[in-house]
Amino acid sequence: MANVAYPTEPLKCWARAKELRQRYYEDYAKAHDTGGLRWAGGAWSFDAIPMGLGPDVYPLTSEPYAASIAFNREFSKRCLEATEAKGYARDLCSYMRNYWGSLLLNEYAFGGPFPRPDFIWQDHICCSHAKWYQVVRDLEDDIPYYCIDVAVGPYEEARDRQHRVQYIVDQMHQGIEFLERATGRTYDDARLIEAVKNDCRATSAWAEVSALNKTIPAPLDEKTMYALYVLGTLHKASRDVADFYEELRDEVRDRVARGIAAVPNEICRVITDTQPPWGFLKIFRYMEKYGCVSVGSLYTFGLIGAWEDKPNGTWGPRTTPMAAGTPMETRDQALHILADWTLSRPEWQHFYSPHLKSQLMLRIAKEWQLQGVMLHYNRGCEGLSLGIAENRLALIDAGLPVMVFEGNMGDDSEFDEDATKNRIDSFMESLGIKRPGEEL
Amino acid sequence: MAEQEYWRWTEYRHHDESIDPRAGAIVAAGIDVGSVSSQAVVTVDDRLYAFSSMRTGSNSPDSATNALNWALEGTGLTPGDLACVVGTGYGRVNIPFADKAITEIACHARGANFMYGPSVRTLLDMGGQDCKIIHCDEQGKVRAFLMNDKCAAGTGRGMEVFADLLAVPIEQVGALSFEVEEEPDPVSSTCVVFAKSEATGLLRRGWPKSKVLAAYCAAMAHRVVTLIERLGIEKEFAITGGIAKNAGVVKRLQRELGVEPLTTTYDAQIAGALGGALFATALVRKGKGRKA
Repeated sequence: MANVAYPTEPLKCWARAKELRQRYYEDYAKAHDTGGLRWAGGAWSFDAIPMGLGPDVYPLTSEPYAASIAFNREFSKRCLEATEAKGYARDLCSYMRNYWGSLLLNEYAFGGPFPRPDFIWQDHICCSHAKWYQVVRDLEDDIPYYCIDVAVGPYEEARDRQHRVQYIVDQMHQGIEFLERATGRTYDDARLIEAVKNDCRATSAWAEVSALNKTIPAPLDEKTMYALYVLGTLHKASRDVADFYEELRDEVRDRVARGIAAVPNEICRVITDTQPPWGFLKIFRYMEKYGCVSVGSLYTFGLIGAWEDKPNGTWGPRTTPMAAGTPMETRDQALHILADWTLSRPEWQHFYSPHLKSQLMLRIAKEWQLQGVMLHYNRGCEGLSLGIAENRLALIDAGLPVMVFEGNMGDDSEFDEDATKNRIDSFMESLGIKRPGEEL
Repeated sequence: MAEQEYWRWTEYRHHDESIDPRAGAIVAAGIDVGSVSSQAVVTVDDRLYAFSSMRTGSNSPDSATNALNWALEGTGLTPGDLACVVGTGYGRVNIPFADKAITEIACHARGANFMYGPSVRTLLDMGGQDCKIIHCDEQGKVRAFLMNDKCAAGTGRGMEVFADLLAVPIEQVGALSFEVEEEPDPVSSTCVVFAKSEATGLLRRGWPKSKVLAAYCAAMAHRVVTLIERLGIEKEFAITGGIAKNAGVVKRLQRELGVEPLTTTYDAQIAGALGGALFATALVRKGKGRKA
């Protein structure tokens, strides 16, 4: 296989992404200094809704926070040990265990004591999410807690969709009443509407960024995408994040137009699946020595990205309600749009059937022109690993080479770096790919 | 009196007196530094000439050097006579004199192709600390593979621990495991730690060693079958690695799979190193060996 050398350059908006993330965690911690509010909940929660309480309401979404802990292996170890010492089982969600550990140690990953939330705003996307803040409430007495049940089935099943959406919208309306009671503030529908528009802008723009990675050479690699998609998991309904994703989209369009590659020696394209082992992202750089670039995953594309079928049959960013001219002038209209928009996001679908996930992965394999797939059998996340072995079989049946590696997104004791590199070596060999200088 | 180490298997070497290495065009070597054992194989024009198999020490470069020197012992050859050396196994990146490192999956597939013939399509490599199931083509090229997780369950190291626990020399484990009136249920876990404590409980209950070994070999075979079924089995089927020599596991594996593995007159434990030597020879032919 011939060596190639595409032009490459750093992302111009990289520093802005880092700044946004740092400020997010600081804003949450310092919210009380200026009379603001703090809330905690999952990255899957409807973060647009608490924004109707005012401009000084700051979230701490639990999974990306826990991933930040996992990245700091020393702190993560202490968090996991603290959780285990409290009697919680080691096979529970490792994000949850890291988060609980941070709470139990009363240490915030970004410095100082753990900032107690004023209320909890959660949804039940998986079993762990249903228990996560129940335990937080056990540990921290009487934090007001509201949770939305989102288990209404896959979006593509159009039958009764309006009833499914309505079921969620009804809970959202009640949730707004809860927020007013819990905080004593008056709810502002105009802020809600703006937040829903931000959510749609951000998630559609992220889908376009991901779709631009269909290009050869890929303008982004997945390790870089992790640092970018995370902003959507932090606060996709904020104006800052929506603006940033549009800025990023424009920059990636420009990279595509100029043929700028993330990995200059790209000769092989793969995707991964589920959250990566956060303490060992260097395996992505190891792959790049072979010219193998992970161009993303259903996880990085679809957890935040909003997608739709385009007229030419390809997968692309979902048209925003603003572009489609859908009215959004009342609370009820905004909540309907938010529920429908959120339920359509790809990463929400496979909780209902591994076959839906396999279809999505096969679609990605075709449109993103992959040579193979690397599946992370992630012991840390029951929700996203559910059915992954069936996904593997479906991919193999379709003729795609698949490598699996075992690990844990948030517990590095379950990851073996050398063994994983060994598997990568073998996988590359089986794909006929040599490292430069080793074409012997 | 020194305590007997029942796990310690016999190290060995051999060279084929009927081959004159000086008459060959290409003398090459493969060295497989595994987690438990190291092998060196020397080939002369694609013919297996000499090999050694010994314990891997704590130092991969030393293990590789010792294995190669022992394989060359009495042959009149020195490492300087080798046209190319390929390293494989876990320690492959730490073999200073290797011209190239190739994964043990590729090397075992290539070595099995030589040992068992081109009909091999599914290969099971049961090594010291992991098991691999490999699909390969008629040239011994890897098409797909699966490995066990990082746990040492169902591997050579686990068997060594059992040999020590039961004070049965490792070479006798397989035969002794068949000295039972009826086949017991497998131990419930192949995790070395859990299985060891379970075996201790069985011994306390009065089980003879043979029955405990039968239960462990059966559990090990079952675990490997599970791995094989994840990738699927395509005939012909062959086994390499140290556990291939343990009939207690292999026969139970065959029984459970319903597929008879191919047999060979070669030592299945040297397949990786042999594959490495064959790759080394091919590299020389392409003009990419040490003396190119």
